Amino acid sequence: MSTATVALRHRLAERGVDTQMLLLVPATVFVVALFIYPFGYGLAVSLQPREGGMLAAYQGFFSDAYQRDTIMTTLWIALPAALLNVAASVPIAYRMRGRFRGKRLLTTVLVVPITLGTVLTAEGLLNFLGPAGWFNRFLLTTGLTDAPIRLTNNYWGVFFSLVITGFPFAFLLVLSYLSGIDPSLERAAATLGAGWRQRFFRITLPLLAPGLATTFCLTFVLAFSVFPSAILVGDPSGSTRVISIAAYEAAYVRYDYAAASAAAIIMGVVELIVIAIVLGLRGLLYTGSTAGGKG
Amino acid sequence: MTRFERLRLDGVTRRFGGVDALAGLSLEIRRGEFIALLGPSGCGKSTALNCLAGLLPLSSGSIWRDDTRLDTLPPEKRGFGMVFQNYALFPHMSVQKNVSFGLQMRGVPRAEARRRTADAIRLVHLEEHARKLPGQLSGGQQQRVAIARAVVVEPSLVLMDEPLSNLDAKLRLEMRTEIRRLHQALGLTTVYVTHDQEEALSLADRLVVLRDGRVQQIGSPEEVHTRPVNRHVADFMGYRNLLPGSADGAYTKINNTGVRVKGTPIGSVSDGSPVVAAIRPEDVSLTGDLEATVEVAEYQGREIAAEVRTDDGLVLHVRTGQRHAPGDKVRLGFPPDRLLIFPADAS
Repeated sequence: MSTATVALRHRLAERGVDTQMLLLVPATVFVVALFIYPFGYGLAVSLQPREGGMLAAYQGFFSDAYQRDTIMTTLWIALPAALLNVAASVPIAYRMRGRFRGKRLLTTVLVVPITLGTVLTAEGLLNFLGPAGWFNRFLLTTGLTDAPIRLTNNYWGVFFSLVITGFPFAFLLVLSYLSGIDPSLERAAATLGAGWRQRFFRITLPLLAPGLATTFCLTFVLAFSVFPSAILVGDPSGSTRVISIAAYEAAYVRYDYAAASAAAIIMGVVELIVIAIVLGLRGLLYTGSTAGGKG
Repeated sequence: MTRFERLRLDGVTRRFGGVDALAGLSLEIRRGEFIALLGPSGCGKSTALNCLAGLLPLSSGSIWRDDTRLDTLPPEKRGFGMVFQNYALFPHMSVQKNVSFGLQMRGVPRAEARRRTADAIRLVHLEEHARKLPGQLSGGQQQRVAIARAVVVEPSLVLMDEPLSNLDAKLRLEMRTEIRRLHQALGLTTVYVTHDQEEALSLADRLVVLRDGRVQQIGSPEEVHTRPVNRHVADFMGYRNLLPGSADGAYTKINNTGVRVKGTPIGSVSDGSPVVAAIRPEDVSLTGDLEATVEVAEYQGREIAAEVRTDDGLVLHVRTGQRHAPGDKVRLGFPPDRLLIFPADAS
């Protein structure tokens, strides 16, 4: 009359609980120790200002135009830089999909900047694009301009720096997304009468778009937390006073940890909003398989 | 449909890094014909199809539709339809959009495009799936979408690259009939690539047998089936018994045995020269005088396929309706009109 009881182990496995779950432990520990705890700590600090109510630090940030404007300043640098990185990656990766001689060399050249680090990039930019750099000397010598063009220590310096360090990252991601699209799809489109433009815009781009959205989010996050280049090749008290500088000043110049934490939390929220919008739009796209059928 | 009478391939050659993947394929395809390119993998049949479609540039040779030279045109200008081995359906488009894509690209007016798309979908019996994405369809359904997409533009030539190789055996038979039915109903001209001799024989009006990039034989299914021109075609067409020997007058002496057989020479066979005697398992008679012992018997429904060994060690494959078990003694005979004798050195 009694039905045989299934071993507990099997019943747990049915619900996805088994010893393989132990593989998740290291990652969980890291996330808790290095992300969740500091985040909660920062949030708590931001809600305990030296004076005023719980939200005083946030009120302070938003009521002071000098602080508040850093949000727009940062977005104004990070959004175009991320957009350009993704947009520039597409044609290059498109040309470089498939196999050809020298692909590895070309990929290496394109990816090397990722290893340079912001400081080295900034130094290079100053040498090359600075008022006495090669670029301006060339323009002056050839008589194309009669005064050096200012391309560093302002918006453009930071912008170039973000493109140089962000592009390889976007390129690698886009290249791998593109390689995942079955090449026979474009060939099928060609036999159906589609020229390259139609093949790209009707077939490849729609299948690539979700990948581009993801790539955009990642490069945007990298660009949004720009700090070293904003100081080294930017104009840290003016046009490139980004939100991370505001947080840094609050913490280490004014020693107002609540304000610094508030700035950091606001930074995270702004990033989240942008990512939510992009991923929301991505959800409207086709995100399924990019294979043409049974393989 | 682009009206044409003949499609001519003239010495079509494609090299990959100095190796001829396809060497000098010359072929004239008449309107309404069903041509099968047949051969083992690596024989150049897919290369030939891709050259024809314009997906691979030719190394030399030319392709003509009547008096129009085609091989200099990109694939989108050739007006052919192609069915790919993996179907290559656009995964982000519904069945309907997939099928109407070619019409859109050709600038067919919207109302007409809608009508023709609906017709094509009806033709392959997918009406109730028209709004689904390819990923929601079974393999056989995807296959039918691929065919509808290729034929809806009324191409002057339909190219099919092993379209049935991803289907299970039952569906393969069904779709085979379906493809032949569509070919006849729509008056298509079809070039069909396959490595399956049975598929090629049952579908095609003419077969082109390829090996190592070279044409071995062009002929009707019957010609290729009963009179292969060389031992390689014979091997590919199911002549499973290939016995090396030497010509001895009207007879052939099989190497390392005392067996002498009489057959039909194909090509020039001079006395004493090395030859290959070829016969299908089903053509070996079990009412002869060569004694042999059954070693392996495979049940195949009405027949068994058996591997037998003669006393002096000659191994042969036979098919018979009689029930034989390993160890049984049988007596083999070789009908002279079914036993083909090929010169051994012919490639």
